[in-house]
Amino acid sequence: MSAAWTPVCAYDELLPERGVCALVEGRQVALFRTYDGGLHALDNLDPFSGAYVLSRGIVGTRKGEPTVASPLHKQVFSLATGLCLDERGVAVPVYPVRVAGGAVEVSV
Amino acid sequence: MRKIVVVGYGPSAHRFVESLQAKGFDGRVTVIGEEPRPAYDRVHLTSYLAGTSAEDLTYDVPGGTVTRLGTRVTGIDREARRVLTADGAAEPYDVLVLATGSAPFVPPVPGAGHAHVYRTIEDLDAIRTAAKDAAEGVVVGGGLLGLEAADALRSLGLKTHIVEMSPWLMPRQVDEGGGAVLRQHIEGLGLSVHAGAGVQEVVTDGEGQVVGLRKPDGTLLDAQVVVFSAGIRPRDELARAAGLEVGERGGVVVDPGMRTSDPSIYAIGECALAGGMIYGLVGPCNTMAEVAADRITGGSAAFEGADLSTKLKLLGVEVAQFGAMTGALDVTYMDPVGGIYKRLFISDDARTLLGGICVGDASPYTSLRPFVGKALPAAPSDLLFSGAGASLDLPDEAQVCSCNNVCAGDVRTAIADKGVTDVPGLKACTRAGTTCGSCVPMLKQLLEKSGVEVSKALCEHFAYSRAELFDIVRVREITTFSQLIAEHGQGRGCDICKPAVASILASLHNGHVLEGERAALQDTNDAFLANIQKNGTYSVVPRIPGGEITPEKLIVIGEVARDFGLYTKITGGQRIDLFGARVEQLPEIWRRLVEAGFESGHAYGKALRTVKSCVGSTWCRYGVQDSVGLAIELELRYRGLRSPHKLKSAVSGCARECAEARSKDFGIIATEKGWNLYVGGNGGFKPRHADLLASDLSTEELVRTIDRFLMFYIRTADRLQRTAAWLESLEGGLDYLREVIMEDSLGICADLDAQMAHHVATYADEWSATLADPGKLRRFVSFVNAPGVPDPSIVFGTERGQIKPVMAR
Repeated sequence: MSAAWTPVCAYDELLPERGVCALVEGRQVALFRTYDGGLHALDNLDPFSGAYVLSRGIVGTRKGEPTVASPLHKQVFSLATGLCLDERGVAVPVYPVRVAGGAVEVSV
Repeated sequence: MRKIVVVGYGPSAHRFVESLQAKGFDGRVTVIGEEPRPAYDRVHLTSYLAGTSAEDLTYDVPGGTVTRLGTRVTGIDREARRVLTADGAAEPYDVLVLATGSAPFVPPVPGAGHAHVYRTIEDLDAIRTAAKDAAEGVVVGGGLLGLEAADALRSLGLKTHIVEMSPWLMPRQVDEGGGAVLRQHIEGLGLSVHAGAGVQEVVTDGEGQVVGLRKPDGTLLDAQVVVFSAGIRPRDELARAAGLEVGERGGVVVDPGMRTSDPSIYAIGECALAGGMIYGLVGPCNTMAEVAADRITGGSAAFEGADLSTKLKLLGVEVAQFGAMTGALDVTYMDPVGGIYKRLFISDDARTLLGGICVGDASPYTSLRPFVGKALPAAPSDLLFSGAGASLDLPDEAQVCSCNNVCAGDVRTAIADKGVTDVPGLKACTRAGTTCGSCVPMLKQLLEKSGVEVSKALCEHFAYSRAELFDIVRVREITTFSQLIAEHGQGRGCDICKPAVASILASLHNGHVLEGERAALQDTNDAFLANIQKNGTYSVVPRIPGGEITPEKLIVIGEVARDFGLYTKITGGQRIDLFGARVEQLPEIWRRLVEAGFESGHAYGKALRTVKSCVGSTWCRYGVQDSVGLAIELELRYRGLRSPHKLKSAVSGCARECAEARSKDFGIIATEKGWNLYVGGNGGFKPRHADLLASDLSTEELVRTIDRFLMFYIRTADRLQRTAAWLESLEGGLDYLREVIMEDSLGICADLDAQMAHHVATYADEWSATLADPGKLRRFVSFVNAPGVPDPSIVFGTERGQIKPVMAR
């Protein structure tokens, strides 16, 4: 993992409780802003379907943990850990993400 | 004793290893299986041909188990206590468990080598391949397995014959009367039944291709696929070669502790001859596995025969048998028109239930099997009618799940002591209902009777059903999800409650689905106003009301499809679907479509889809009314109406019903005097013909009745409940619905009418509104930091001259 931070968009562009996808060094990164202003970055590849779609899933919580559900077959992933909460042993990569000077930056 | 070796890796071996672990066995367990995969669910094997993957059918290997798959055992060296495998290795054991199962019986007739059998996933693969170039198939065997195989051939599109030696089908489960009703069902499905017939030869052509099956009377059944499914033979060859005692007609002889004639060797499942019987059903085999595991870990469990009761649904027909198949007295109910046969056997004093046979309606199995050997719970004639058993109280010792040997008392204990409140909880706690699932209705009943409130909660965020939430939103005039969850829920919502609430808000207020906070509630389809496909692209369906379209508009669709390189297909609802659009292309595509006068078709929404129509009286020489005109009027009236699930409709211009209106949520068929309205129809998973709600309505009466039907459904249905299921769940059914929406028994009709009037008055095309709003349009990009860049993961190939998605893996 490189240490470099890549700015991708203004924080204000992110709609609360909805994701967007950014292309960072050839990688598709799904970015989510939760209701409380939190930011999360997961890989956009849905491991179940093989399609790059996780950024388009519904954001929510499961027992307090922030989650996203794959828009294709609804498997739920933790935004915090990338672990699939519906099927043990499946996970997607989580990337560091921060806000710097109003811009969202990720590191892949 | 530290080392256990299991030979064979089928369901019995799997259950054995699971039981060992449950008993805390901490030695080494090695399972050697001939097939390339661990044990899988054979009860649902047929679902493999319908698309269930081998992985989904396969059981998880219990942790810590050593498996050697694709390995054939060639011998047992009892003296040295080791088994020898085909790869030349030897596996030492302290205890050996034979779970070698059985092989399908193939009669020694000429050509038999060219026939298939029906047992493993590989067998099914071979049958599927053979069926590709075939038109007709024969299954030899009309028992349980034979009918399963026949169902499989039929599902592969073959004209199917069933050849059964006995005078009727399923002779082990049903008597002659039941067999006759069963035959009637099966022939009704287009299969040919040849009962009382044998096999003389599997006939092949010069190149070894199967061309048919000859019966002993000389007749030839044309078939390119022949499947033998006429019973099983225990795989006892290893035991035989090792000098263990075997039965005269096969099977490894075991004692009630499942031990063979060598005290270090056990046999379980279909290879074991227990009490002189071979058991082919999953229930007894599981019990054998548990008994062996118990004995090996020092217990004293015993296998003392098993209940061979069966309930199954084959080729859509329910068949059940429980207890004895004879008795001093019997009571029979037979309805050849409805295809129902039910017979109970009773002791000579008419007090004790001995057994029963059911074809076409297996409900007595669920209610009465636990009473076998006990006093009859009611008059026999009453017990034979549907639903009669629903209120019976089961004794604690009555067996509920025969696959896993669970009694009513076990279920009650789980509910009372362990606080289980739902069927999944009972399955996890007792294993009841986890194998064939036929006892699930009984589990539900036990839950209800124990006073457990079956949870209607939508999800962990709302303790209310969808209908209750709808009322809360309506009565308290709630307009946002945030307000609703803050005041009436907990947490922050999920993929279940968010779209459900978004739909309720849309039904009540009819605002744009992507306005403000609502944008974050929508499923991806509603979020992009298009239908997501497997590769993450979307499809576009413009509205074509009633299926009527001008050549000019047709040309525009063609031009858009050509210019954006989209795959084009006519839908079942008389529209055109354009596939393969990337999110950033959707606004450009729609700008062209809106310019040409198209509107959103809402194919992406839980909303009204289409109102299909036949040609109607304008052109058709049979038509009695203008079906196209009415379909257009209805589609324009209800377009954009969000509902608990999709809504489909159709209008037929005469009784010939070319529009297939009776398969729709609301269907209209013209009469000489007006319109007949049918409701609650459905294609899909569980097809249902719509019921006639009202006859000979004027157009005005018709529209008013549909308005109310739709609004009452939208108010009271569960999430994702189609009108068919909703109607079936309505207490009082169709009569009640008539009272509510035609006689206003609840006094809500004025309300329902006003709600629909609001919908009609406030409808606006979602796509036009989106194109006019730069804020909404900004979200239609593949990448937020590179708006012009198309998603590089989306790749297309070509098929029949059009694009098709190519997945990276």
